[in-house]
Amino acid sequence: MYDVLIIGGGVTGAAIARELSRYRLKIALLEKETELAFGVSKSNSGIIHPGTQNPPDSLKGKFCVLGNLLTREIAKELGVDFKEVGELIVIFNEADRPRLQQIKAEGERLGVPRLRIVERAWLREHEPNLNPDALAALYAPTAGIISPYRWVYALAENAARNGVKIFLGHKVTGITPEPGNRRLNVSVSRTEEPRRSVSGSEVTFRARFVINCAGLYADEVARLAGIDDLTIKPRKGEEFLLDKKREHLVNHIIFPLPTPTTKGILVIKTSDGNPMIGPTAEEVADKEDRSTSDAGLQKVLAATRQLVPSLSENDIIAYFAGLRPVAGKDFIIRHEAKVPGLITVAGIQSPGLTAGPAIALLVVELLKKHGLWPHRKLSFQHYRPKTTHLFSLPVTHLPFLLEQDPTYGEIVCRCEMVSAREVRDAIKRGARTLDGIKFRTRAQAGRCHGGFCTTRIMKIMIEELKLKPTEITKRGPGSNVIVESRE
Amino acid sequence: MAAALAAYQAGVKDILLIERDQYLGGILNQCIHPGFGLHHFKTDLTGPEYADRFIKQVAAAQEIEVSLRSFVVRLTADRELTYLKPGGMVTLQPRALIMATGCRERTREMIHIAGTRPAGIFPAGLAQKMVNIEGWLPGKEIVVIGSGDIGLIMARRFTLEGARVKAVVEIQKESRGLVRNVVQCLEDFQIPLYLNHRVALIHGRDRVEKVTVENNETKETFELTCDTVLVSVGLIPENELIEQAGSPDPAKPNLPGLFVCGNSLKVYDLVDNVTRDSQKAGEAAAEYLKNA
Amino acid sequence: MLRKMTCIECPKGCQLEINEEGGRVISLTGNQCEKGLAYGRQEIESPMRILTTTVLTEGLDLKLVPVRTDKPIPKARLLEAMALISGARLTHPVAVGEVVIKDLLCLGVDLIATRSVQ
Ligand SMILES: Cc1cc2nc3c(=O)[nH]c(=O)nc-3n(C[C@H](O)[C@H](O)[C@H](O)COP(=O)(O)OP(=O)(O)OC[C@H]3O[C@@H](n4cnc5c(N)ncnc54)[C@H](O)[C@@H]3O)c2cc1C
Ligand SMILES: Cc1cc2nc3c(=O)[nH]c(=O)nc-3n(C[C@H](O)[C@H](O)[C@H](O)COP(=O)(O)OP(=O)(O)OC[C@H]3O[C@@H](n4cnc5c(N)ncnc54)[C@H](O)[C@@H]3O)c2cc1C
Ligand code: SF4
Repeated sequence: MYDVLIIGGGVTGAAIARELSRYRLKIALLEKETELAFGVSKSNSGIIHPGTQNPPDSLKGKFCVLGNLLTREIAKELGVDFKEVGELIVIFNEADRPRLQQIKAEGERLGVPRLRIVERAWLREHEPNLNPDALAALYAPTAGIISPYRWVYALAENAARNGVKIFLGHKVTGITPEPGNRRLNVSVSRTEEPRRSVSGSEVTFRARFVINCAGLYADEVARLAGIDDLTIKPRKGEEFLLDKKREHLVNHIIFPLPTPTTKGILVIKTSDGNPMIGPTAEEVADKEDRSTSDAGLQKVLAATRQLVPSLSENDIIAYFAGLRPVAGKDFIIRHEAKVPGLITVAGIQSPGLTAGPAIALLVVELLKKHGLWPHRKLSFQHYRPKTTHLFSLPVTHLPFLLEQDPTYGEIVCRCEMVSAREVRDAIKRGARTLDGIKFRTRAQAGRCHGGFCTTRIMKIMIEELKLKPTEITKRGPGSNVIVESRE
Repeated sequence: MAAALAAYQAGVKDILLIERDQYLGGILNQCIHPGFGLHHFKTDLTGPEYADRFIKQVAAAQEIEVSLRSFVVRLTADRELTYLKPGGMVTLQPRALIMATGCRERTREMIHIAGTRPAGIFPAGLAQKMVNIEGWLPGKEIVVIGSGDIGLIMARRFTLEGARVKAVVEIQKESRGLVRNVVQCLEDFQIPLYLNHRVALIHGRDRVEKVTVENNETKETFELTCDTVLVSVGLIPENELIEQAGSPDPAKPNLPGLFVCGNSLKVYDLVDNVTRDSQKAGEAAAEYLKNA
Repeated sequence: MLRKMTCIECPKGCQLEINEEGGRVISLTGNQCEKGLAYGRQEIESPMRILTTTVLTEGLDLKLVPVRTDKPIPKARLLEAMALISGARLTHPVAVGEVVIKDLLCLGVDLIATRSVQ
């Protein structure tokens, strides 16, 4: 029996798990994929938004402002890099100035701090690659960047350290209230790692409260419990990453004026140094359609060249698409009166990455309101040791590491300078797939895309995870990397 | 190795050869096909045989010290270089430095092939390493993008290993590879070569399922089912270290005492020419040391 | 039967047109020299190829040793040779040029190592 069962291991689920792990509760998190953060939370812009560009009375706006504050605090506790780079919403015509003023006023009403309008001279000095035609911009200095998946992994690791049980490869297939006693029975089908267990086997979890934060599938999970007023419509965003050599292309995150549905196509800084351009915004039917298109690329290039004319197509080294889980205009966070004990956290589109810790606080309030009175733990561990990454250390620091462990000197990924020791660490912290290792260490994320390191990483996985070469996957069952190994 | 040996023969006796792999030979080790050495040794060798002839010479030249599993991570403008090897970090400042760091493959991302990003998309050289060094077969139904020699040779290699190569797709009007390779790698096994076509889309959620091929002129498209896409669309010199040292054009470094040769200078088709030019680099370095 | 092929004896790559009947060349055009004629004839009458591949090892420092046939073998028997080789195991160290499989498929051709393994 669990006090709280969390469905979905994206940023929302991980932030809720970490917040709840402060209390003396029995908690489990169920995730259908082989690893955490393989849903919406792996493919986004990685911006911790300041709170601008949201309607004044929206949950999105309120949670974004609070989330920005909380994220920077928690990131510090968990040893995750958060960089406050600031954002600029740029206009090119005098006619757009009133709109800019309006965005500023709306932001201020939501409580976004330190907003100000900067003029052309300021822009020239602080953003030299910006289109010289830019007239003015709204400057929000509190915008920041974070590595979205490392953020989720840190939250989840800390939650696990504080007692939350995490079940991967566990897909929720049914939610039924137990007649009479306010318990929910959650049935789960397991698609676990090869060999560990038979895939497809069924188990049931019992819980007093169930939190549905299943991202794109929150509507389907809700329907399992008989809630049918939710529809999640995926809205695709294609993003294109540039070579790290262009790290200093821009100093801030550069936005155009927002449209009614999106914040527009941006020039983004990322926490790993590669600038990124995107995202597009296009409604799609298929919740698994993460394909990119020639048209998307052209659209993004055209839009961002307007902002930064020196942008070159040849600098693109990677691309991906993410799907925003849209359920109307705002987040939907509520207790389901029809199914007591079930809490829905749905429609967590942008700025959902930012809002996570704020959403978690609201979820705690909802739990309290509906009968859970948890006690705080005295033993809560706030901190998580920062992980070691050679690429972020000065060369002079290396001898100390080598003394600790000689395999810091065994370079596995040449483009991003990742050692065998870091890959092993990632596996110890939960990586089970090539993508999981990439997200945690950056190995394979550089300009050669794994041309050099893939076989080296696979060999470490074979050794550490006791896998056969053919059992190694890119991101879970079905994505096996090779089909045969001569033995 | 050719540069080190040439410098040695020109009278330089204090030479260190640094290699990140656990053996010498570089890319040649995975090129198990013939076609090497016709000019330099006047005989048709495989890659490993070609490498072996140099490995023996290096071993015989006792003053050439070899440091394996040693990865150079840093280079400064005054030739101070730092390398990591298991258990140690070494910094040294040679009087002359020859960079022969080879090349890397262009990727699917660089040519912007749209579609999904499932497992089963490999740079051809990575696939070559998996098949020829690790004994792993990446897939069973293959589409090769690019008809350069590497793509052609891998089409044959996969066929011999029991996979089915559905097609080689080339965006240009002619194959970029040697006629001999078109004949012996494709025609021998009835593998279709689509010239003037491009792979426009890759499909598949977890693993590659099919590709859409488009005729460049008519824009007509058709689909090929496959579980693997090999991308063989060219090589790029690898010289990030020289860039790191502050040289604006890595192919013509303006740093005294620094020489560049082999595929890190420019991409070569024939190893014989790599050897010839690398020997010149070795001689130039020896000359530089005499005058310095 | 009319067959077309590309001569690979030199970089000119002449397009040969060969009139062939029952595996015998009746006439050959398109070549610019004698080598082309010989090549076309060979390709029709008994095409031969050097086979390069790998052999699994046991207890040695490389998982695979690269190998090749020391002389060309009939093209038609490449896959048969591959099947035989895939079942072979090398258990002792070899140097470049040493024989790994003797008299492959009784063709009078040896399979030799192209890399040393310890
Ligand atoms: C292109 C793009 C750019 C964005 N940029 C930003 C940005 O810069 N800043 C920002 O703040 N936000 C941004 N967002 C929004 C942000 O990414 C999302 O709001 C956030 O990641 C949502 O997290 P989540 O945990 O709710 O969903 P998810 O990460 O999708 O997590 C839900 C999890 O539930 C699992 N699941 C589903 N069904 C089941 C089941 N039946 N059983 C068990 N598990 C299940 C899924 O596998 C998934 O892992 C962006 C989004 C996109 C698409
Ligand atoms: C797949 C393929 C097929 C080919 N087929 C043929 C053919 O049939 N016939 C022919 O004549 N030619 C062929 N070639 C061309 C020829 O073989 C190569 O161009 C030649 O071998 C390149 O030699 P190189 O020394 O410049 O580079 P490499 O062989 O790549 O050597 C570079 C070496 O530098 C090391 N290195 C790189 N960076 C570092 C660092 N930071 N620290 C330490 N060490 C480092 C690498 O590990 C590597 O060993 C082929 C090439 C390829 C890639
Ligand atoms: S026929 Fe003679 S000239 Fe023509 S390709 Fe053959 S060898 Fe060269």
